[in-house]
Amino acid sequence: MYAVQQFINILQLGSIYGLIALGYTMVYGIIRLINFAHGDLFMVAAFISYILAVYLKLPFIPTLLISVVFVAMLGMSIERLAYKPLRQAPRVSVVITALGVGLFLENFVLLFYPYPQVVPTLLPTINWNLGGVTVSFLHVLIVGLALLLMLILDLIVNRTMVGMAMRAISWNKTIVPLMGVSVDKIISITFILGTGLAAIAGVMYSQAFSTIDPYMGILIGWQAFICAVIGGIGNIRGAILGAFILAAVQILVVTFLPSTYRDFITFTLLLVFLAFRPYGILGKPPIEKV
Amino acid sequence: MKKTVVVLLVTMLTIMSMVLVGCKSSAELTIPIGLNAELTGGLPIVGASCKNAALLAVKEVNDAGGLDVGGKKYQIKLFIEDNAYKSDQSVAVTQKLITQDNVVAIIGPNASAMAIPPSEIAETSKVLMISPWSTNPATTIDSKTGQPKKYVFRACFIDTFQGKLDAKFAMETLGAKRIAVMYDVADDAGVGLSKYFKETVEQMGGNIVAFETYTSGDKDFSGQLTKIKQANPDLIYLPVMYNYVPVQIKQAHALGITAKFLGSDGWASDELIKLGGKDVEGTFHTAHYAPDIATPIAQNFIKAYNTAYSSVPDDVAALTYDSFGMLFESLKTAGKVDRQAVRDALANMAHYEGVTGTLQFKEGSGDPIKSAVILETKNGKFVYYATVQP
Amino acid sequence: MKMIKVETEEKSKAWSVAWYLRDHWEAIANNKPILSMLLVVGFALSFAIPQFNLVNTYIQIIIMYIGINIILAASLNIVNGYMGEFSVGHAGFMAVGAYVSSLLTLHVFPSSLGFLFFPLAVIAGGVVAALVSLIVAIPSFKTRGDYLALITLAFTFIVKSLIENIKPLGGPRGIVGIDKLTTMPWVFFWTVLSLWVIRNFIYSNYGRGVLSLREDEIASRLMSVNTRQTKFLAFALSSFFAGVAGALFAHLLQYISPRVFDTVKSCDILVMVYLGGIGSIAGSILGATIYTVLLEILRPLGMFRMVLMPLLLVFLMIFRPRGIMGLRELRWFVPIQELNVVKRWRRRKKVTDANSAS
Repeated sequence: MYAVQQFINILQLGSIYGLIALGYTMVYGIIRLINFAHGDLFMVAAFISYILAVYLKLPFIPTLLISVVFVAMLGMSIERLAYKPLRQAPRVSVVITALGVGLFLENFVLLFYPYPQVVPTLLPTINWNLGGVTVSFLHVLIVGLALLLMLILDLIVNRTMVGMAMRAISWNKTIVPLMGVSVDKIISITFILGTGLAAIAGVMYSQAFSTIDPYMGILIGWQAFICAVIGGIGNIRGAILGAFILAAVQILVVTFLPSTYRDFITFTLLLVFLAFRPYGILGKPPIEKV
Repeated sequence: MKKTVVVLLVTMLTIMSMVLVGCKSSAELTIPIGLNAELTGGLPIVGASCKNAALLAVKEVNDAGGLDVGGKKYQIKLFIEDNAYKSDQSVAVTQKLITQDNVVAIIGPNASAMAIPPSEIAETSKVLMISPWSTNPATTIDSKTGQPKKYVFRACFIDTFQGKLDAKFAMETLGAKRIAVMYDVADDAGVGLSKYFKETVEQMGGNIVAFETYTSGDKDFSGQLTKIKQANPDLIYLPVMYNYVPVQIKQAHALGITAKFLGSDGWASDELIKLGGKDVEGTFHTAHYAPDIATPIAQNFIKAYNTAYSSVPDDVAALTYDSFGMLFESLKTAGKVDRQAVRDALANMAHYEGVTGTLQFKEGSGDPIKSAVILETKNGKFVYYATVQP
Repeated sequence: MKMIKVETEEKSKAWSVAWYLRDHWEAIANNKPILSMLLVVGFALSFAIPQFNLVNTYIQIIIMYIGINIILAASLNIVNGYMGEFSVGHAGFMAVGAYVSSLLTLHVFPSSLGFLFFPLAVIAGGVVAALVSLIVAIPSFKTRGDYLALITLAFTFIVKSLIENIKPLGGPRGIVGIDKLTTMPWVFFWTVLSLWVIRNFIYSNYGRGVLSLREDEIASRLMSVNTRQTKFLAFALSSFFAGVAGALFAHLLQYISPRVFDTVKSCDILVMVYLGGIGSIAGSILGATIYTVLLEILRPLGMFRMVLMPLLLVFLMIFRPRGIMGLRELRWFVPIQELNVVKRWRRRKKVTDANSAS
């Protein structure tokens, strides 16, 4: 069934967007930074998984784990080196720094891999045919993994002490150190979590779409950012919601209209939406005290 | 602080101007030729092949003592510029080659999307430009007058010919009646080819059941492919560049599509097999030459290229080599290192025996009359299947 | 051997000029007529250089690109620097100006009289860009900071998509064969004009409104600053000059396509503004010049160029987050009343400090 097939496509695309959007939204919630280098960390994870799979010939699970740990550490180091010194600076400087870090990552990887690479398939390719609809093992894995991780993240943020600290920082950063919480530690943990999710997205993406190149992070990064904003930036459930909405819009547009209209419709809808509800679906307007 | 800034600024500007002024190239008994290639960006393999073939061609001439023009021996000086697969960069480096490096002719770019904008610049600046691989007819046609350009030539066949022969091959040889097409709207080669292909298929009584598009940079084709699957075609025509083909065919197979695949000359790169693996087995595409039916001229070239670069030269390399061959011939005939003379000599060249076959130039046209070959992907290699005459 | 000797001679000349400037900076800075002299000399040079080919054509093109980038950086500085917003859509306005002016010179104006109608085309490009910016300005009333970034970003993508889909605009393949109407005198004229207008705007009442918006929007509204009108004006002015720069750019490159005006271009302009310094006209000039020239000089480095540039940018942001000139201004550009106010303020501060110390 045609519609069901498209629905499955939307689920898969939305899951990947969601994983990346979660990282964006978490970082923004804590330190109000749009981390433009996020999409490029996604790309780095894909390349690390390539290196591990091709040169060390590791199977899937070690590849995934090592890539995730590596990129999470990388994300944390970037935060320590580049973003921390700018905590008191005007916000725009940090954003420019993030842009710079992103550019640096892209071109650094480009130095080593100017040609697109193919990632070997580490997962069994099983396709199930259910009444005309083809579902592959990969589809199921991606969607399942994404939902599981989102659930775990939700639990962490809402039910643990660390999560409570994160939420506290997003509400009022100055008071939190007075309560005996190490702000630096919490921010680092946030980055590790957020970048780790993007890394998982990177590895799964490279399995699903097999060809990777240094510029793949840019467009996906912007799109994930849009998902986070639609759902309400700073809100975890909002990011997931936004991701599936965006994926749905993109695939539906391509289904009914020539594909060149896709970006146009997506962004016009976004603009209109923001004009009426700038804080996103699940976001709350910040109360400005004068 | 302000003073330091001023000092810094002034010194920088002065040193800069000295560096730039000092960079004037001296041309004593050298012939400057420009190469505009896609060294970085989306099609680096194309750029690498082009550059390798160019270096080989120039080295062969220089090692033999130089090119004999008008009784004097000249060394060839090659200025290699990268257009980074961006059309504005392509234009910028063309301007640089023409005005700063004072080249007598430019070889490249290869991709049609990269070649069409600079061709206008070459035409207005009256500098000879030969594109080895651009197949879109617009490269040699003046956009304002609709007449062929005087200064732009190419070494390959054009898309009106290719689109037609692809359609004929699909319907007659592969027996397809229901055909789907997917192409990149931002890629001139694909846009032109799809148009001519569709026209011919419909003329021959075939049925185009799907005509899908995507834009350069897209990675996810599930929407378009699901639509194509719904239309149930016998064959899918993908006149796209080699870097998209593996992803598209893989996604198609993941969706359960069993149709045959036919491609254009944009497929002609070993990268496609490397990236596509088993999924591209059994596909067909058009190409400019086939190493396994090589003529003696071609065999010499293949041997030299293999010795220098340990790989078999692809279409782009062969066509670049031929472009340089034609340019050298024209320089010799012209008798002097002059842009206009070289151009006239090339325009008057009746035919040229190259690696990719016999190139014949009709009066007033920059497009050679050539035959094409069809290659099949068999056992992880491109294998010669058939030749198609114009 | 000869070459090296000439180089060292010229180099020592450069150093001596630099030292001279440094020692006599106060005198030079206060001597406003020098600015007018420089302008006249510059104007004369802009005619002389192409006429007599004082530098080769390629460098002439680079100089013209510097001029265009200065206009872009200065105009973005109005919104990002002086008003403190975060707009990443400047390339979109540039695109509007480029396309409008190109279509005019290609289809509407008779091509033989192209050079006469060129200023009209440029102005038209700027005006349409300004009108389009009002569409972006409206959502900006409700949102601040990061949301504006998103809106302007979406705008860039929309413009790109729109151009790709409307066939008469050339689609994704762009427009070729634009006449080369941009000449050095024109670039010089437009650069000086835009800097002059922007500088006057900043030091006028409206400009004060813009500055106060950056500091505290609600407080400015309480102080009877018409925030809506000020935002409109700032956006419109900024996009007008972006459109002008786009028109000049199109007629220099002779080719435009949607891919030229993408987010990467917006990021380039952003880098120029933040490199040179936000809230400073001299900063925009500095940033644009350094960026354009550095990119050209580092071209032989190939891939390393693009690895080095962002790294330098990151370091710059860490150590000087407001850019090289950040919020400070060259004394030539500041009107006399400003300077007098500062002088008087400093004098009074000295007096009060002396009083409180004694």
